[in-house]
Amino acid sequence: MRIRKNIAVSDEGFLFNPATGDSFSTNGIGSEIISLLKQDKSTSEIIEEISKNYDVDRLLLERDLDEFTGLLKDYSILE
Amino acid sequence: MKKQIVIAVTALNAIDSPGPGVAVIRAIRDCKDFDVKIIGLSYEALEPGLYMHDLVDRTYQIPYPSGGTDSLYARLMYIHEQEKLDLIIPNFDAELYNFIKLRDKLKELGIRTFLPELNQFEARDKMKLFEFGQKHGFLVPEDKILHELRELKKMEDDLEYPIVVKGKFYDAVIARSYDQAEKAFLKIMAKWGLPIIMQEFVKGTEINIAALGDGEGNAISIIPMRKLYITDKGKAWAGITLEDDKLVELARKFIETTKWRGGCELEVMLTDDGKPYIMEVNPRFPAWIYLTAGAGQNQPASLVKMAMGEKVEPFKTYEVGKIFIRYAWDLITDIKEFQLISGNGEL
Repeated sequence: MRIRKNIAVSDEGFLFNPATGDSFSTNGIGSEIISLLKQDKSTSEIIEEISKNYDVDRLLLERDLDEFTGLLKDYSILE
Repeated sequence: MKKQIVIAVTALNAIDSPGPGVAVIRAIRDCKDFDVKIIGLSYEALEPGLYMHDLVDRTYQIPYPSGGTDSLYARLMYIHEQEKLDLIIPNFDAELYNFIKLRDKLKELGIRTFLPELNQFEARDKMKLFEFGQKHGFLVPEDKILHELRELKKMEDDLEYPIVVKGKFYDAVIARSYDQAEKAFLKIMAKWGLPIIMQEFVKGTEINIAALGDGEGNAISIIPMRKLYITDKGKAWAGITLEDDKLVELARKFIETTKWRGGCELEVMLTDDGKPYIMEVNPRFPAWIYLTAGAGQNQPASLVKMAMGEKVEPFKTYEVGKIFIRYAWDLITDIKEFQLISGNGEL
């Protein structure tokens, strides 16, 4: 999973797709996940990293991450 | 001291379906390479641009395009005597034919234009666009030209619903059945006359591209834009510049193929699988042309330079993600001004 290289991402988690003109804003955790995706982290690495910093049920995290990355794919943010 | 160029510009209406004139003037005035005097050419006394004195120095009414070239030429001769015009930039589809026809006579008077040839202008006409696409390898939706209502039934043999019902100059309605198509046919016929164009419906994202050609096959500037906010008339009220090499290449190929001279706007439907269909080609700058100046490729100013004989190199970059947001503004004027333009035809 990689963020498309033309996608502009601000530190605040605001995404802009210059090919379609679409823009999106995410909440804090979404912004963190995008930042990890930008560092080419794998799904398991992202889960590790988030689990380390937050008190979260692992299964729930996996499910939410799957849903979130699915959305990013639908919006052509992820390759 | 820079030489002053006297430029006449049409399409000064700036209502909810605005003409490009005010945006063209704004872009020209942004360019500091020349000093300009702007002469507005208007059709109606209430075109807002007439009263924008910081943009338009003086305005003259001109006859409607239906009046033909003789009356237009006579009026332009008079205006030229008063103002010594260097260049005219017409911006309405319906008036372009007359201005192209008058191009050589205007040149004799010392008035320049920067317009497409008549054959270029006619090849991209809505009624010939499909043929044009087939000839030059552009994706264009299939269409049928109907000259009377009874041809509508027969059209169903060739096109499937939904279809787009279009007027020869303006208006487009999506019809999903015979009844809807008939209703749209009659409504558009009443407003714009015959023929009516029935066009295959293409689903996708609408993209507009403003392009400027030098008349020798070179695209001087290409800016793709996606509408972010659309009025009930389908006009962009906000839009954003895009980065898409396919779209830029499409416009470049169009300019190369046609050897287009001047500004134009390609209306493109980009399908979900990435195929760009040309829906329409407008033979002049679009109303959102000021965005090209905002994005770093001032197309109207480049047109002025080329029209005045300057060699302009193609732009290489533009800013992606530049947004325009249109707004309405209540301009206050006096009855005396209105009286001057409506009574004397000059302001």
